[in-house]
Amino acid sequence: MTKKQTKLLIRIGVGAVLLLAAVLLPVTGLWRLPLFLLPYCTVGYDVLWKAARNIVHGQVFDENFLMCVATLGALAIGEYPEAVFVMLFYQVGELFQSVAVGKSRRSIASLMDIRPDTANLLQNGEPVKVSPEDVRVGDVILIQPGEKIPLDGVVIEGASSLSTVALTGESAPRDVAPGDTVLSGCVNMQGVLQVRVQKPFAESTAVKILELVENAGAVKAKSENFITKFARWYTPVVVIAALLLAVVPPLVAGGWSQWIHRALIFLVVSCPCALVISVPLTFFGGIGGASRSGILIKGSQYMETLANVRTVVFDKTGTLTKGVFEVVAVHPHAVSEAQVLALAASAEQFSTHPIALSLRAAGKMLIPAEQVTDVQEVAGRGVAATVRGVPVLVGNEALLRDHGIAGHPCHKTGTIVHVAAGGKYLGHIVISDAVKPHAADAVARLKALGVARTVLLTGDRQAAAQEVAGALGIDELFAELLPGDKVDRVEALLDRQERGTLAFVGDGMNDAPVLARADVGIAMGGMGSDAAIEAADVVLMDDDPARVPQAVAIARHTLAIVRQNIAFALGVKALVLVLAAFGLAPMWLAVFADVGVSVIAILNATRALRVAA
Amino acid sequence: MRKTFELIDLDCANCAAKMENGIKQLEGVTNASVNFLTQKMTVEADDARFSDVMKQVVKLCRRIEPDCEIVL
Repeated sequence: MTKKQTKLLIRIGVGAVLLLAAVLLPVTGLWRLPLFLLPYCTVGYDVLWKAARNIVHGQVFDENFLMCVATLGALAIGEYPEAVFVMLFYQVGELFQSVAVGKSRRSIASLMDIRPDTANLLQNGEPVKVSPEDVRVGDVILIQPGEKIPLDGVVIEGASSLSTVALTGESAPRDVAPGDTVLSGCVNMQGVLQVRVQKPFAESTAVKILELVENAGAVKAKSENFITKFARWYTPVVVIAALLLAVVPPLVAGGWSQWIHRALIFLVVSCPCALVISVPLTFFGGIGGASRSGILIKGSQYMETLANVRTVVFDKTGTLTKGVFEVVAVHPHAVSEAQVLALAASAEQFSTHPIALSLRAAGKMLIPAEQVTDVQEVAGRGVAATVRGVPVLVGNEALLRDHGIAGHPCHKTGTIVHVAAGGKYLGHIVISDAVKPHAADAVARLKALGVARTVLLTGDRQAAAQEVAGALGIDELFAELLPGDKVDRVEALLDRQERGTLAFVGDGMNDAPVLARADVGIAMGGMGSDAAIEAADVVLMDDDPARVPQAVAIARHTLAIVRQNIAFALGVKALVLVLAAFGLAPMWLAVFADVGVSVIAILNATRALRVAA
Repeated sequence: MRKTFELIDLDCANCAAKMENGIKQLEGVTNASVNFLTQKMTVEADDARFSDVMKQVVKLCRRIEPDCEIVL
């Protein structure tokens, strides 16, 4: 609790005791008023003061003013205990509200606690603690185990593993060695690292992410704008209704004090605070919670579009597939898989061709280099070599044909590498761009979330696209597209769309126009890529497609809480207004409809922080 | 020029909304946002008039929420 809050708590305590005393003391007549004014002023003097001051400043109809009119009105018609109690109850509500808001604000802030406070700058070989703002590009900083990396840079000495959980939500550590790039906001877990700074603090990843999340409030959702507009009309309307209620019925039927009392209750209910605070707080909580999982949502507006997604369009390479070539199948012929792989990898061990790299990555056992001789690279064909005295061929069908060997055709798509040794066919290896491990699961989960259509767009060949789409269960595909065609396709899909919104998921590198054209553009693998952060509405820090359904789920969860809060606050207020008009609502119930509802709505809003993983 | 300022003791969400609307209507201000949750204010205005604009902003905020202090 802050000093201000403690002070208010003490005043509430003292006021409550004084009120109890005033009710219990057998005082009658004129002395009753000062007796009740004592606790009234103890508890509510600041409300009175603020109301007076704000009127001078031209700010009428704020909650202080409304509370003052209501309670002073109650005093005027002789409802002393009620007036004091209402003021007391109001202050208790204010205190609760301020504590609850402070608490949720802090918990959101701690979620985003990636801002580094200090950096160890190396000066003449000695580390000096400085503020990260003071470190310049090209400086060398020292990072001890357990410390946050303060600035983006490249490792020049030391090796360690980094926890990127605060940035990506990914808990597996990332190993770094000299030459690797490290990003601010990651935590160094083991060794001491020396890093040459590559970006000034203001442009570092940690600061950029923080800015993005903090500025997310600027792009407001429809429901947020609705609430602000509503609040602007709601208060004056209810105040006018209160005036009418105070004047019209008594003119017809008499009973002034009874109707004024009911009108005062209207005034208390007329405060829009519960709505005004809880809706943005919910969005903020949702955005904060999502950022914890490495999902950066650039505004509450995109929460709404995400929640209504009916079509998800995926880019293929780098988004659903890894974008690097890998051995995906080995079809041996009369020998073992490992033998085929080992032989192919060994023959290719001097090559720097991408195919050779993927073969070496898959083939664990290499035959020692000195036993591989006469290596001959045949351009556009493959490699011929002599391994342990046996002539070996590794390459495409044409290479085999040149040597009079027949290869078996393969039903799989991708690059087929045939292997032959000593004039005999040994089998073939299929190399292609492998599908990411969670891709199928991501598509399935999107469908379970009610996404009606999934689409694949790619510049790749039809056969390769078909295989990926088939394996993942994607509904439609458009292959062999030029970069410009993608925008046309997305526009056509947008035209066909009757309900809901369209999301495009791409890796952000050259998809900027499409990301911008879609209702919501989701860029993947945003770590360190400025282009992606700039172009997209939602940035996924790691490149796991499973984050897409997760983002949709978070958006829905957040929006559900927003709707609950709006319905609850408006419902309770409407109910109390109706009850009050018929004289069935006591004034404390009206205070509950104001501050009580605020507190409950705030507590509900904090649920948006807890993210469904 | 765009600048962000910290706000101390910004206690009510409705006042923040009022401040934001008010600042946006000031002359020379191209955009503004008052974030109740991060307790920060961002003002975007012409470079040449920025300090003048900020004086107006401070005056306006004092009128709407006198308890709230802008860290300049």
